[in-house]
Amino acid sequence: MKLVIVAGTPGSGKTSILVHAVRLLKERGASVSIVKIDCLATDDDERYSRLAIPTLVGLAKDVCPDHFTVYNMEEIIQWARDNGAELLVVETAGLCHRCAPYTTGCLGVCVIDATCGPNTPLKVGPLLSTANIIVITKGDVISQAEREIFRERLLEMNPQAELVNANGLSGQGAAELVARFHDSPDVQVDSERLRHTAPLSICTLCAGETRVAREHHRGILRRIDGFQTYAGE
Amino acid sequence: MRSWAMIETLSISGGYDKNGQFESVGDVQIRRGEIVGVVGPTGSGKSSLIADIEQLAQGDTPTRRTVFVNGRTPSREERTNPKKKIVAQLSQNMNFLANMTVGNFLRLHAKCRHVDKESTCEVIELANGLTGEPICEDDELTILSGGQSRALMVADVAIISDSPIVLVDEIENAGIKKHDALKLLAGFGKIVLVVTHDPVLALMAERRIIMRFGGMVKIVQTTKGEKLVSQNLKRIDEWMLTLREQVRQGELIEEVPDLVSALAEKTA
Ligand SMILES: Nc1nc2c(ncn2[C@@H]2O[C@H](COP(=O)(O)OP(=O)(O)OP(=O)(O)O)[C@@H](O)[C@H]2O)c(=O)[nH]1
Ligand SMILES: [Mg+2]
Repeated sequence: MKLVIVAGTPGSGKTSILVHAVRLLKERGASVSIVKIDCLATDDDERYSRLAIPTLVGLAKDVCPDHFTVYNMEEIIQWARDNGAELLVVETAGLCHRCAPYTTGCLGVCVIDATCGPNTPLKVGPLLSTANIIVITKGDVISQAEREIFRERLLEMNPQAELVNANGLSGQGAAELVARFHDSPDVQVDSERLRHTAPLSICTLCAGETRVAREHHRGILRRIDGFQTYAGE
Repeated sequence: MRSWAMIETLSISGGYDKNGQFESVGDVQIRRGEIVGVVGPTGSGKSSLIADIEQLAQGDTPTRRTVFVNGRTPSREERTNPKKKIVAQLSQNMNFLANMTVGNFLRLHAKCRHVDKESTCEVIELANGLTGEPICEDDELTILSGGQSRALMVADVAIISDSPIVLVDEIENAGIKKHDALKLLAGFGKIVLVVTHDPVLALMAERRIIMRFGGMVKIVQTTKGEKLVSQNLKRIDEWMLTLREQVRQGELIEEVPDLVSALAEKTA
């Protein structure tokens, strides 16, 4: 079974393009299972279940959705195997731009919205820079020039990536994306590793502190001037 | 300075319509320097045809059409490597969203395309030839009017993007000199496909592909008479543009220019 992890900021067009991709896969007789990991709420399961394929939703609530994806991965893979899936697609909504959900053996697909401005690729981090494929959506509403600048910026951040120009409304680009789904090896839970190490998250805020004043904070604290300190025992 | 070799022929073939039938026009060849119109009712498949060409489709799109460039199948590299993209696109829905001045934006684009920075002045000059309201280098991109934006996009595609194939999707309500815009895009031997229901643009094309039910059903060659109509439409269009400016400037409009009375006499 192959694993495709599709990540991207909320509303970037992940589901729109995946719906077209799954339709193409089904036409070719592939059996697909799909999982959506989100933070608080989603109606993507409704959109996917219209495709009549096994669909599962996980809500991370108050933990990082990327961490949530990783420590549930074994269960997700088992669920898809039980469905007899040849292809498991996991859609996740990356948020803080410090983590990336891709594992070593998956096909990592980052979906990015071209209308978010030419400086956004510089801010997205590992979600973008460790992906195998970058799908650019909503190019239909910006000028040719802006599309070209945007592409160039993406390649600066991830020179190895293959870029796919897609349109979530018309399905343009879905065939190109699907053609790459076969390229990754079969997923092996035991040897899968995260591509990008999760960042430090060991301050008192992570443990539930809500007070703002400086005296209440412990752990590894990075000051606004860039200086990093350790406060505590 | 041209970054691409021009293309001698672009051919499109083997498509099916929405009923799964072979399209009546099974094969179209477009030559270097040609302007071809794409017309038909809403939902007739005009945008799909444009999308097929944009992707250099190889039987892998819903219409199953195949696109050949210079009589051969484009390589995967040509289809997917953004640096090798030979198609530029322009449509009514497109906007400028970047928070930059016109000058900085064009210089950034020129840098991406490895084009001389000096060409940005040329772009602004050409754009100003297409719109009634002049664009300045220091204007913020996002405050440009619809007409200014469209004019700048046209000039930018002509000079900086400079791809041998240009796809235009409905620029009729743009507030620019459409006739001149299309001429500019078609310059230097480019192939231009223009989706339109605007007679100013449709009659400028040498041929037009008629679309219905998702398929190409007919190709109409523009006649001599139509070319004459086209010339008159061009004048009317330019008149409309000056009227637009006069309205904008708060002027009174009471004169009927000669071209309209001349046309009226002719039809009487
Ligand atoms: N114009 C345009 N709109 C698009 C395109 N792709 C998606 N959209 C629209 O963008 C909106 C969000 O699309 P979704 O597919 O739901 O985005 P998502 O990434 O799955 O969102 P979440 O799952 O909530 O994170 C929808 O209204 C789509 O219709 C595109 O290529 N062009
Ligand atoms: Mg979604």
